Amino acid sequence: MDASIVGILMLDGATNGAVYALLALAIVLVFAVTRVIFIPQGEFVAYGALTLALLQLGRVPGTVWLLVALALLAALLDAAQRVRRGLPLPQVIAAALKSLVVPALIVAVTLWAAPRKLPLVVQSLLTLAIVTPLGPLVYRLAYEKLADATVLVLLIVSVGVHFALTGLGLVFFGAEGFRNPSFWDARFSAGALSLSGQTIIIFLVSIALIVALFLFFERTLRGKALRATAVNRLGARLMGISTSGAGHLSFGLAAFIGALSGLLIGPATTMFYDSGFLIGLKGFVAAIFGGLASYPAAALGAIFVGLLESFGSFWASAFKEVIVFTVIIPVLLWRSFQHGHADEEE
Amino acid sequence: MKKIRTLMTGAVATVLTAFATTSALADITIGVSISLTGPTSALGIPTKNGIALWPKEIAGEKLNVIMLDDATDPTTAVKNTRKFINEDKVDIIVGSVATPVAAAMSDVAAEGQTVQLMLSPVNLPEGRGAWSFRMPQSTAVMAIPIVEHWKKVGVKTYGFLGYSDAYGEAWLKDITPLAEKAGIKQITVERFARTDTSVTGQALKLMSANPDAVLVVASGSGAAMPHKGLVERGYPKAKIYQTHGAATMDLIRVGGADVEGSFVSSGPAVVADKLPASNASKELGMRYISEFEKANGKGSANQFGAHAYDVVIVLQKAVPIALKKGKPGTKEFRAGLKEAFETMGRTPVSQGVLNWTATDHFGYTPETGVLLKVANGDWQVVQ
Repeated sequence: MDASIVGILMLDGATNGAVYALLALAIVLVFAVTRVIFIPQGEFVAYGALTLALLQLGRVPGTVWLLVALALLAALLDAAQRVRRGLPLPQVIAAALKSLVVPALIVAVTLWAAPRKLPLVVQSLLTLAIVTPLGPLVYRLAYEKLADATVLVLLIVSVGVHFALTGLGLVFFGAEGFRNPSFWDARFSAGALSLSGQTIIIFLVSIALIVALFLFFERTLRGKALRATAVNRLGARLMGISTSGAGHLSFGLAAFIGALSGLLIGPATTMFYDSGFLIGLKGFVAAIFGGLASYPAAALGAIFVGLLESFGSFWASAFKEVIVFTVIIPVLLWRSFQHGHADEEE
Repeated sequence: MKKIRTLMTGAVATVLTAFATTSALADITIGVSISLTGPTSALGIPTKNGIALWPKEIAGEKLNVIMLDDATDPTTAVKNTRKFINEDKVDIIVGSVATPVAAAMSDVAAEGQTVQLMLSPVNLPEGRGAWSFRMPQSTAVMAIPIVEHWKKVGVKTYGFLGYSDAYGEAWLKDITPLAEKAGIKQITVERFARTDTSVTGQALKLMSANPDAVLVVASGSGAAMPHKGLVERGYPKAKIYQTHGAATMDLIRVGGADVEGSFVSSGPAVVADKLPASNASKELGMRYISEFEKANGKGSANQFGAHAYDVVIVLQKAVPIALKKGKPGTKEFRAGLKEAFETMGRTPVSQGVLNWTATDHFGYTPETGVLLKVANGDWQVVQ
């Protein structure tokens, strides 16, 4: 073990850590706003990477049809609700159709674009457009009705959603893995360290996204509304903030971040339909560092998880996952000594 | 009144005859339990395509196939197996494709005294699996061509980079004594998981140990990531060896230029067209490939479909022997099948040459394995 090995391991760990950081931020965001422990976060990573892989092959990814199915289901539920509230029928139908415009547009564009094998960047944007709306739809169908349930019930729903999405992933993408082409093939070497263009992109995008999220929460009304909901749901509602809207927005952001992470990590490894789970789980471990509440602590935790994983795989590769997941225990101990047992569980 | 009675007798008679004919015809019933969903669905789905090629009858007896999904779950597989034995009264059980799942089924099969043709190379402890026979080659047999090649090119040390699961463990257990006997030293053992995002740590460790060859133990497209990881760190491609779990086009599809020039151990079926004419499996393998690709498209043939295909080849030889002992659906027939498997001797199948005995239910002879080299995005047989 010499300096160059340490350098390479640190770089590798930090690269993976950057992706975990994004996922940890999404998990913290979703938990803070909706109290949902979002286990399926990793599924969006796999969906993002594999949707792009299928577009690369010129095929129409199954996620598009999932989008259609979920959108139709949500529109039907909304319509039923509105009818029960006694709204006039034409108005109900108009609202339902309006909610289907965006999904229909995405499907049309995908059907048109898939066989044309457009440039990688265009396909990536399309992938984000396909996967991001899945977030709010999942929230609408699985969580919204249970918004006031206990954290435990929401966690159980999350496990169910995770299994459903993984199973659908197998149907859409098949059991074999895919590796996406690199966004930037350049390589830079400094001594033993060699930096690939993809690594640089991962760092840049991660930093850009974190800055963007910071600005969003600090400077925009919607971001502030999300923060208000996170601090106090009832108080936010009394101030005229729609907590359901906040849920939709946070899940949308989570799906977007997930898909983006998938695009980032896709060229660096082979992605399978079930790869997302473990990646998401590591994001979750990182989020635990921040007590599912602090964004900077979660991001630092993510880098730490990445480094731990990288050095763990060097020293004792057979126990790598054991090492990473065992770290939760001292962290939880430390947190409970620090803060006592004062978690708000109404 | 009389008319009604005649009608009734007629009806009863028809029902009776119907019963009589089913038992007289006594079709051969095969219960298949494979993983169409869950982590090993990548193996189960091509197996299902191989089963779709099974003929309508074997040795003049009509073939009934009941296929169930075990979702890569041992509990479900055991439930399926019990249903096969108790409700469907099957003559033969086939499956599963996952090692722990097939192992769980073997106890039930032995209890029900029904032969099980496993589609996974399961290692069972002494005294278990008396009714279970393996269709895939043991890892010990598949390690032979790799170690032979190492001897030939003068490899003195090797590193091991394998799945941290049963497949990795089986290879480690089987190649270690084989290499030791050939005087080749194992200098480092590293592990990874299929869904890992990076093997940088392991690759660095291997690089600093600098063995003459690295054996990557993984399956399908999962074998490409560690391979690329090694090449990225500058390990020479021509010194990387892969196991038969990786001998699918998925390795080449995902690995691209990085797997070019590397070696893969394989069963003969997938490369039947490139084998020398003297190979016992050439003709059967060619037949398998042409039938499988006609049904599933060009380039789709793989070892999992071949194992399913071989089930029929084995049965075509064993069923006529067992029929002398009893009719299908009877205990005698099932016992006859077991005896036939154990005594019928050398049986070439598309995936090698089988020779099951009462003590060896793996049965593949050392001539089975073939070493392949990736050249121009295709397989090339190393003579």
